[in-house]
Amino acid sequence: MAEPATASHFLPEPYRVVRRHRETADTWTLDLEPAAGGDALAFAPGQFTMVYAFGAGEVPISLSGDPARPERLVHTVRIAGATTRAICTLDRGGVLGIRGPYGTAWPVDRALGGDLVIAAGGIGLAPLRPALYAALARREELGRVVLLYGGRSPDQLLYGPELERWRAAGVDVHVTVDRAGREWRGPIGVVTTLIERAGFDPERTTALVCGPEVMMRFAAAGFVRAGVGAERVFLSMERNMKCALGQCGRCQLGPVFVCGDGPVFRYSEIEPLLAVPEL
Amino acid sequence: MKVLDPRGLEALLEALVERGYRLIGPTVADGAIVYEEIRSIADLPAGWTDEQEAGTYRLRRRDDDALFGYAVGPQSWKRVLHPPSVTLFRARRDGDGGMELVDGAEEPEPLAFIGVRSCDLHAIARLDRVLLGGRFVDAAYEARRGRVFVVAVNCGVAASTCFCVSMETGPRATSGYDVALTELLEDGDRHYLAEAGTGRGEELLAELPGREATAGEVEAGEQVVERTAASMGRELDTEGLPELLAASRDHPRWDEVADRCLTCGNCTMVCPTCFCTTVEDVTDLAGTEAERRQVWDSCFTLDFTYLHGGGVRTSPRGRYRHWLTHKLGTWHDQFGSSGCVGCGRCIAWCPVGIDITEEAAALREAPE
Amino acid sequence: MTVRSVEDLLRDTRLFADLPPHHLETIAGCAVTARFDEGAHVFREGGPADTFYVIRSGTVALETHMPGRGPARLVTLHDGDVLGWSWLFPPFRWHLDALALEPVAAVAFDGVCLRRKAEEDHDLGYELMRRFAEVIVSRLQATRLQLLDVYRHDG
Repeated sequence: MAEPATASHFLPEPYRVVRRHRETADTWTLDLEPAAGGDALAFAPGQFTMVYAFGAGEVPISLSGDPARPERLVHTVRIAGATTRAICTLDRGGVLGIRGPYGTAWPVDRALGGDLVIAAGGIGLAPLRPALYAALARREELGRVVLLYGGRSPDQLLYGPELERWRAAGVDVHVTVDRAGREWRGPIGVVTTLIERAGFDPERTTALVCGPEVMMRFAAAGFVRAGVGAERVFLSMERNMKCALGQCGRCQLGPVFVCGDGPVFRYSEIEPLLAVPEL
Repeated sequence: MKVLDPRGLEALLEALVERGYRLIGPTVADGAIVYEEIRSIADLPAGWTDEQEAGTYRLRRRDDDALFGYAVGPQSWKRVLHPPSVTLFRARRDGDGGMELVDGAEEPEPLAFIGVRSCDLHAIARLDRVLLGGRFVDAAYEARRGRVFVVAVNCGVAASTCFCVSMETGPRATSGYDVALTELLEDGDRHYLAEAGTGRGEELLAELPGREATAGEVEAGEQVVERTAASMGRELDTEGLPELLAASRDHPRWDEVADRCLTCGNCTMVCPTCFCTTVEDVTDLAGTEAERRQVWDSCFTLDFTYLHGGGVRTSPRGRYRHWLTHKLGTWHDQFGSSGCVGCGRCIAWCPVGIDITEEAAALREAPE
Repeated sequence: MTVRSVEDLLRDTRLFADLPPHHLETIAGCAVTARFDEGAHVFREGGPADTFYVIRSGTVALETHMPGRGPARLVTLHDGDVLGWSWLFPPFRWHLDALALEPVAAVAFDGVCLRRKAEEDHDLGYELMRRFAEVIVSRLQATRLQLLDVYRHDG
C-alpha cells in the first residue's frame, strides 16, 4: 500500500500505566510512559491529549504533569462516564492510546516580571498544575506566586502533600472548601472570596483560572473587580470533543473551536461568548 | 473550446474508465437523481428534470432527452469524499496487556465525478478548506481527494430552490474541475461544449472525437448559463451577514423558527458543506479486537454538545440558531468564507419547508 | 486604647477606608478593640445583636445548630471581613453562632450607639447603609455560588 502523504492524526500511540494514585473517591492520577520506550510527547502547560481506552472511547484530558520532565505523562482523571471509568480502572501495566498534545497554553511567560495568581476550582487544579511547575522553574523571575484553590469538601481536594511543598517553595497557597465539618481547620466559602484577600498587585498580575464554568465566570469577574485587566485573566474552557483537530465541529463556542483556538482563552475575548446561554 | 457529440461524451466516459477511474455520476433511483456508480451515458437521467420547492422534490419528465436538465438532488459529493462511515483505526489487545493500533486507511480508488455543478465545486473547495487547510490535515480525505477527476457541468436549469448567484458560486463553473461541459440542445440534438481546467483535462479532451466550437456555439453556451442565472428561484442578501448574525443572538425569529423546526437534521445530511462527525467504538465479543469509526453526525442531535451530564445546547432554538449562525456567519471567522453555496438542498429537503433565505431575510428585520 | 488609635484601625479597614474624617471620628467614638480566645463564641444565635465587628486577625466560623446533625458550619470569615449585620434591623437578634477558630483580634462597634447616631445624622446613616449593603451583596453572591454546588458530580 502506498504511504499516505500525511499520517492519520486519529491514530493514537500506546502508553503504559506505570503508576496509579487515587486522589479522591472518583479521581485518579495516572503516570504513563510510551509502550515503545523513549520520551513521552512534549507539551506546554494547559494542553491536553485525547486518551483512548480500548473499545470504550476517547476523551480529552488535560496534561497535569511537569512539562520539564519528558519521561512520563501525567493525567488526573475523574470518573464521569464509561470511558473515564475504563481509564481509571486500568491496572498498572495496562495500555491506553494517547494522541496530542493539542490546544493553546497557559501564558506563564507573560507573567514574568509580575505576580502570578492561579485560581483553581475542583479538578480545575489538574490543568493548572503544569503552569505552577513552570512558574516554580522560573521563581526568581516572578514576584508573588499565589494559588487560590477551592474544592467541594476536604475529601475532594487533590494533591494534598504537594500543596505543602508548594508553600515551602514560595507559593502563597490558600485553600478553601464549599462545605466542611468542624474537623476542617481552614476557610469555608467559595474560592472567589479568596481573591479579595490574596494580596497581589493587580497592575502586575496575570491570573490563570480553571474550574467549572460558573466558577470561572465568577472568579474572572472577581479578578477584574480587584483591578486585574481582563486581558491579563485567562480561562481554560471545556466542550464536547471527538477529534481535537477542528474537524468534528462539536467544540464550537460561537466562532472559536475550543480544541484549537483554546482551551486557554483570554477573558477579554471569551467573556462575551460565555454570557450567551446555549451558544 | 471543443464541441463533442453524444458519441464524444460516451468516449469521454470510456476514456476515463480506461485510465482506471470508477465513474460516479447522476442517475435516477428511488424517485430522485442521486450520485451513484455509472457505466455509460445510458445510466444518466436522460429527459428528466426536478421540481423543487420548500419541503418538496419531485422528478418530472422533460419533453427532450437532455442528460443534465435538472438541478441537484439529496446527495452531494461529500458522500464520496467525506463518507458517512470511515474506519479510523483498529486496535488489538496482545497477550501481555499491550495494545496494537493500526491505521484503518485504505488505498482510495481513483474516481471520476461526472456532472459536478458549480455550487458543488465550491462546496468541495469548502470541504478542502476544513479538512486540508486547517491546523491538521485529514489524511484519509487528502488521499481520496487526490484520486478524483472532475467533469463539471454548467447548469442549464435552475430549481426554484437555487440561489447560487446570491452566493457567487455559479451557475458557471469557474475552477476546481478537469473538464467542464455545457449541454446544448438544438432541434432534438445534444451537443456538449467542453473546456479543460487542467493539463490532464486538456490531454483527455484531445483524445475525444469532436471539433473546435464555432463562435455561435460558444455564444449559445454563454446564453445557457445566462438564462440559468436569470432564473434563480431565490435570493440571499449576504451583505454584512456575519456581523448581523453575531448581533442577533436574542432575535425573536429564533423562537419562531424553533416552533417549526423538528431538529431532524435533514438539512445537515443534504448540505454539501456540513462536515460534523462523531466516533463509534465497536469491539468483538471476545474483547480482543476493537475498531474506531468516524461517522456523520449533526449539530441537531441532542448529545452533540454533551458535557457533564447534560448538553450545552439542547433547545431547538439553540440548535437551529447554531446551525444557521455557523453556516452563514461563524464559517467566515473560522474558514474565511461562507459555508453556504446556494444549492438549496436544505430548503427542498426540510420536511417542514424551512427556507434559509427566508430566515436570513427575517433576521435582518428589526425585532418588534 | 485611645479613640485616636481606634480611628487609625478603622482607616485600615476596607469597610471604612474612604469615609470622610468627621464620620470616621463619630464611628470611632462607638468602637473599641476586642479579643477572643480560640474556641470562644463571639456571639450566639438568638442573643441580642447590639455589636458588630471588623476582624483584624484570626478566623471566625458562622454556624447553626441542627437537631440530630449537630453544628453545621456555613462559612468562615477572615482578616478584614465584617462580622454581623443583625444589629442593623429589628428584632436585633443574632441569626447564627460565631465561633473563634483561633485567637481573634477585632474592632467591636456599639450597634446601639451607632443606630442612634445614624438616626440623628442621616448623612452618616447613608454612608453606613451603603457600605453594609455592599458587604451583604458580596456575601449573598458568594453564598449563591456556594449554593450552586458547582463541584458536585453529576452523570
